[in-house]
Amino acid sequence: MAASNGTKYTYFPGCSQTRTTRAYDASARGVTRKLGIELVELEDWNCCGASNYIAIDERKAFVLSARNLALAEKTGRPDVVTCCSGCYVILAKSKKYIKQNPKLHADIDEALATAGLTFSGDINVRHILDVLVNDVGGERIRAAVTHPLTGLKVAPYYGCQIGRPYGEFDDEEWPHTLDDLVTWTGAESVNFPLKSKCCGGILMTTQPEVGRTMVGKLLKSAKEAGADCIITACSLCQVTLESYQKKVSRYLGEDVNIPVLYFTQLLGRALGLTPKELMLKDSLTHAEAVLP
Amino acid sequence: MRVIDGKEAGRELTRKFLEEVMLIPNGEKVNMCIQCGTCSASCPTGYAMDYTPRQIVAALRANIIHDVLVSNSVWLCASCYSCTVRCPAGIPWTDIMYELKRLGEDEGIIPRVKTGHELATAFNSIIDKYGLSSEFRLMLKFYFRTGIFKALGQLGFATRMLARGRLDLGAHKIKGIKGLHKMMAVMEERK
Repeated sequence: MAASNGTKYTYFPGCSQTRTTRAYDASARGVTRKLGIELVELEDWNCCGASNYIAIDERKAFVLSARNLALAEKTGRPDVVTCCSGCYVILAKSKKYIKQNPKLHADIDEALATAGLTFSGDINVRHILDVLVNDVGGERIRAAVTHPLTGLKVAPYYGCQIGRPYGEFDDEEWPHTLDDLVTWTGAESVNFPLKSKCCGGILMTTQPEVGRTMVGKLLKSAKEAGADCIITACSLCQVTLESYQKKVSRYLGEDVNIPVLYFTQLLGRALGLTPKELMLKDSLTHAEAVLP
Repeated sequence: MRVIDGKEAGRELTRKFLEEVMLIPNGEKVNMCIQCGTCSASCPTGYAMDYTPRQIVAALRANIIHDVLVSNSVWLCASCYSCTVRCPAGIPWTDIMYELKRLGEDEGIIPRVKTGHELATAFNSIIDKYGLSSEFRLMLKFYFRTGIFKALGQLGFATRMLARGRLDLGAHKIKGIKGLHKMMAVMEERK
């Protein structure tokens, strides 16, 4: 785990956080503020390229990440933190691959030099879940809980890219950090066998039948586990799981509607943040009914 | 459609592809594939693929690559890395699927189901222009390219997002967009 001095972290919001999943951004900022951490937004960051750019042009995709990483290195802070698992894995992978390939690294540095930037590869790419669970830790979080969520049954959904492929801070197949965090809030984490199975992401748009099948399995599994809600730790997972529940229910011929929240909203409520501060009204799945 | 599989041209394209794979970290491990099928069994979209990951390697060994690129397989890969972390031979499957996506792009080979490729190129054109993504513009571009009537199915979703203020109809540019263009030009020149 990365060592982090002090309480300031460079924050990479990612495109979705600026509007589509702004409640994740707001609740993450709220939660960290409560826990004595300051997220300092990276100045003039650009899109990470997601899984799309690299599918067409790898070298340009690497320069997208390298620009962000170089800007983050320039701040002098050792970590860059993101909430979106898509951004997280692309930034981490780019860092790794650029460092491993001397020719690529030289080209990247030449490209960055046109804007007076350089990339050493020393920056730590972190997920907000990693920072909360490992840097802040259970003891401090439990002590800060003012509104225990006793009786609430939660299905913690990790999605794929938080643990895979690198397993930096949790198991690739059977992660537990979100489960731990749920119990620290006083809620109960249910046994959710598909917790790290892929939601399909953009397949919901490009190949809707496949997307509906994948999301259907996840929602069904969470409901069968007796969960009152699902929590997510990725912007794209959240949108995929919350947006098409009616369509998926119709497709499967059974009701799979269930509230889906960002894990930072759940934690934020336990820490005493208000529904307004957590932007629960942004939800498409009645999040406010679960966290009154 | 060029029919090249099994012929000299198929061998040529397969060789070119494998050369690229060797540049991926651990790419050489593709030679160690024992055809166990762990990748295909772990793949959440494998059930819908014309060629599952295991079958792709079997096809490559038979110099069949054009048919793989035309199939629906590579763009069904959602990049979840299940195959990659489970492969007993340590083959970086997800990266190989990315490499296949790029090969199809470079060779101008159009897949049977075009939507994944259309979405990616639409996405990239927005990033090239603004340095940031814009989900609304992406959806407009995507449905304009793949069938505007399909967009009707998204009206309900779009309305609900709009009502909550979650749909940004505008597009925003990073301040350093000119700098980013210069960087990309360098990456293109040094290829």
